[in-house]
Amino acid sequence: MAIESGVISNTIFELVKKAVIELPEDVVQALRHAYQKEAHPIAKENLRVILENIQLAKQLSKPICQDTGIPIIFAKLGKKIQVDGNLFDAIAQGIKKATNDNILRPNIVEVLTRKNTGTNTGNQIPIIDIELSNEDYLELTFMPKGGGSENMSAFKMLTPAEGPDGVKKFVLETVINAGGKPCPPTIVGVGLGGTADYSLKLAKKALLRPIGQRNADQNLAKLEESLLKLINETGIGPMGLGGNTTSLDVFIEVADTHVAGLPAAICFLCWAARKATARIYVDNKVKFI
Amino acid sequence: MLIIRLNLFEGIKLKISMETPLTETEVRELNVSDIVYLTGTILTARDKASARILELIKKGKDVPINLTNSVLFHAGPIVKKNEEFELLVIGPTTSARMNKYQPDILKLGVRAIIGKGGMDSNTLKAMRKYGSVYLAATGGCAVILGQKVKRIKKVYWLDLGIPDAIWELEVKDFGPLVVAMDSHGHSLYDDIKVEAEKLLASLF
Repeated sequence: MAIESGVISNTIFELVKKAVIELPEDVVQALRHAYQKEAHPIAKENLRVILENIQLAKQLSKPICQDTGIPIIFAKLGKKIQVDGNLFDAIAQGIKKATNDNILRPNIVEVLTRKNTGTNTGNQIPIIDIELSNEDYLELTFMPKGGGSENMSAFKMLTPAEGPDGVKKFVLETVINAGGKPCPPTIVGVGLGGTADYSLKLAKKALLRPIGQRNADQNLAKLEESLLKLINETGIGPMGLGGNTTSLDVFIEVADTHVAGLPAAICFLCWAARKATARIYVDNKVKFI
Repeated sequence: MLIIRLNLFEGIKLKISMETPLTETEVRELNVSDIVYLTGTILTARDKASARILELIKKGKDVPINLTNSVLFHAGPIVKKNEEFELLVIGPTTSARMNKYQPDILKLGVRAIIGKGGMDSNTLKAMRKYGSVYLAATGGCAVILGQKVKRIKKVYWLDLGIPDAIWELEVKDFGPLVVAMDSHGHSLYDDIKVEAEKLLASLF
């Protein structure tokens, strides 16, 4: 038995709708908490508007933000899963339908001519990341990645001598340089190790973690906590207009690396940290998570 | 121009209701941290539209929109096409992308830019010179801001794509918008960056 392409397309369409309209509960809770704690008047006003917007989007079934991003899909392919048809085409079909139904703004352009494809699909778009898993389902997570936050991504080959302090400095410099541009309060993903490209992948995947979930490694968990504290001491605040809430969380993901290097990468999610996940089983049953 | 002051925010004008077209005099009365709500007409213009405006002017050709005393909004909406376009949601995009074009555009008499994330020192200088302000909308709040758009009056340059076309919008109480760069040479972003860099220097 194989998973039908149509089921994949429909699931993607539903995930898109859910992701762009309704924020994950952990993000909403973190924003509410920030609003209660925030003392800076402009910051508090911005957080108030953000919370009202989240509620209104849900109530009216409208996208939270007009920038419905570049479509990214994180797929986990179970060991016994077969797909009837082409996985890329099935996913792209769901994205096209969501664009056609005005749930997604047409955001995808050819890279140099800047010609809009009009469908949010195109050359290698949607971006699909496939991991192999031992489970009995195909897991799909849709992340609409906003342009403002993505434009602030940073990468640096640190030297091994720079170590954890070098990482801290690089993260803080990047956050300060980004200022209000990535729509703070942000979520900061840090990827360390592997190769240049792999560290960026780790930084992006770090953003999949729910708020408050620390890295299982105690040293990394401490580094996450100390970075979050420092970032919130910068005073950048919501939308870069000042305040104590610059980031909601910092997640570090690591891989081992070459003896000569310390690849370090940073990715941001804006406060509208949208994502939605579903699992499709061999019998074509779909479970939204 | 209606100004409501609350004691809570000493020194900050909490709600300033303004109507378009804006005059240079009233814009020069605004200071950073003031909060403004706009009623009237605003025009969206992102990278491509900004570039085309300047290109047409350079060639001595007409621009189809009137920029004198206008308000430009760095934004691209989500719209629905029925017989006419219906605006679903709209919010600010990152303004820094338009840094390159902004001083020359401000020269044309634009009184306010609505966006997010702030703009560079050349833009700040131009705001002082020509009498203009930067108004920060809350990024990502496209439903609330969309509700304050009463209708799409007209659309220009759809060939640039939906996000990049110029959408002429009728708005009511559009805000809150924080004056983040004023015509007196002040920028909240610059002040905040100076403080943040002090922290960085003290740590490393």
